[in-house]
Amino acid sequence: MAEARASDLFWRRPRLLLALLLAPPLLWLGIVYLGSLFALLAQSFFSIDEFSGLVTYELTLKTYGELFRASNLDIIVRTILMSAAVTVAAAIVAFPIAYYAARYARGPWKAVFYLGIMLPLWSSYLVKVYSWKLILAKEGILGWIFAKLHLTWLLDAWLALPGVGGKSLSVSWTGTFLVFLYVWLPYMILPVQAALERVPPSMLEASADLGARPGQTLRSVILPLALPGIVAGSIFTFSLTMGDYIIPQIVGTSARMIGQAVYQFQGTAGNIPLAAAFAVVPILVMAVYLTVARRMGAFDAL
Amino acid sequence: MAAEPAVAFRSVARHYGPVRAVDDLTLDIGEGEFFALLGPSGSGKTTCLRLIAGFERPTTGTIALFGKDATGLPPYRRPVNTVFQDYALFPHLSVEDNVAYGLMIAGEGRAARRRKAGEALEMVALGGYGMRKPAELSGGQRQRVALARALVLQPQVLLLDEPLGALDLKLREQMQGELKALQRRLGITFVFVTHDQGEALSMSDRIAVFDKGRVQQVGSPEAVYDRPETPFVADFVGASNVLPAAMVARLTGRAAPGSLRPEAIRLGTGEMRARVTERAFLGSATRVELDADGTELTALVPKGHAVPEVGEEVRLGWDPAALHVMEGAHG
Repeated sequence: MAEARASDLFWRRPRLLLALLLAPPLLWLGIVYLGSLFALLAQSFFSIDEFSGLVTYELTLKTYGELFRASNLDIIVRTILMSAAVTVAAAIVAFPIAYYAARYARGPWKAVFYLGIMLPLWSSYLVKVYSWKLILAKEGILGWIFAKLHLTWLLDAWLALPGVGGKSLSVSWTGTFLVFLYVWLPYMILPVQAALERVPPSMLEASADLGARPGQTLRSVILPLALPGIVAGSIFTFSLTMGDYIIPQIVGTSARMIGQAVYQFQGTAGNIPLAAAFAVVPILVMAVYLTVARRMGAFDAL
Repeated sequence: MAAEPAVAFRSVARHYGPVRAVDDLTLDIGEGEFFALLGPSGSGKTTCLRLIAGFERPTTGTIALFGKDATGLPPYRRPVNTVFQDYALFPHLSVEDNVAYGLMIAGEGRAARRRKAGEALEMVALGGYGMRKPAELSGGQRQRVALARALVLQPQVLLLDEPLGALDLKLREQMQGELKALQRRLGITFVFVTHDQGEALSMSDRIAVFDKGRVQQVGSPEAVYDRPETPFVADFVGASNVLPAAMVARLTGRAAPGSLRPEAIRLGTGEMRARVTERAFLGSATRVELDADGTELTALVPKGHAVPEVGEEVRLGWDPAALHVMEGAHG
């Protein structure tokens, strides 16, 4: 009886039900998530006293100035370049897979596709990263394959390159890049596939009908319509790479990325203001990136 | 009709596994014809259109366009353009860029593209809509954009896949007239897929009636309506009465099924007797369902004539010329 009365009440006042449904998640998002984020960001406008190591609670931009020190700027540039490289490579690798899944995979093959994409996400992130460390190690399977193909010279030549190389793949930026690419790839494939799924086959037929060869159809119709998906995927791959501090810790050189800097400054170094200032960088980069994408019409087909 | 047909099917079949979407089709569509492919859904008419456009390849047989073999030709090399059932407008392009798409692909300059697209939009009475996005247009307007986009390339054959299916009745009747006028003005071949027999009858020069992947009859609207060759055509085009061969034999002496239009049956006089099983008022006429010794008949009684009650026994007759005997058909 009471249940029936509640149902009647909600039917007459649909907004009440909506408010009740939305309140808990909005409180969670508003207070717990955004609240702590703002608390962190507020820290970035404080500074640390160099002698005592204590935080001075006065609003200042001094901490942001420290970001522009050569060693800190290095970290930022390195992180942005890595995120950009991972994002571009993920888009290139993901597109054909997503295209196949959206256009050709039917019935059981569709299930195989989703399983293949999702299965790596079910296993622990750390397990995957440490497996890659083994794969990339000097005596690892990748080195073995290169040796079997008599291509060790090629691998060595690559590792001799400054910047991307190193003693072995597992302690080079190439290794870090490969692990990032592998770990974040599903986050690119799924939105691109969803975007391509929404392109009706008749649109591709219409393009061909109007005289476009397959390559022209790809450029003029498929890519523009897949762009919102690619941008959505790139938001994942870009921001996940920028924020990660475990992969560059395990695979790669000793040079740090933003995530590691945040981790060290707020932990061992106890410099919360600088950690907070570093944390602002990815947010700003993403804001700029999304603005540019919007300006360039990436969301026009939405 | 010109010497070479615009479209020529020669023993064309298209199978999907065990399903024969189109089976052994031989058909000529003349240059400048308004040709309708009529049939229920799944009858193969759309597959037939897609074979002309090049979206499908025949399993066997050949297709020629203006005398040139086009069987293995991809869609982008055919002198035909299509108006799709769902219009298939590009959502990321403006109306003008949609219309100019084919011109852009063909490498025309920006100025020429704009001018031609503008002219094509004028032709379909959408001048000034060029800057809008397809999503901002109504169904009828999108349909016109699709038409302009196909016609701007000056195809030799225009293919229309149920282009009026998504429009409401009023708009559909208006577009039927406009399409017909447009075709007459341009003088190019229109191949038109529809499941609406009224649409096919009112617009086309000739009709091919499809059923189960096979062409049942090809002919002028009058021929298909008045002289159906198979019971399917009689029933599908105008819901004609199909009289069994035995009854036709008794009436005419020829043993083949007969077709009799509901409006040809006169109630009240005649040799045949039947019982009224149902009646429905349609506005300009009343439809009367009859049972004549187990054969179901439908008659249309025009307004102003007496309509018998349900259950009543009536006499009925018709002008002997109205009964069309379908020689060569079985059933």
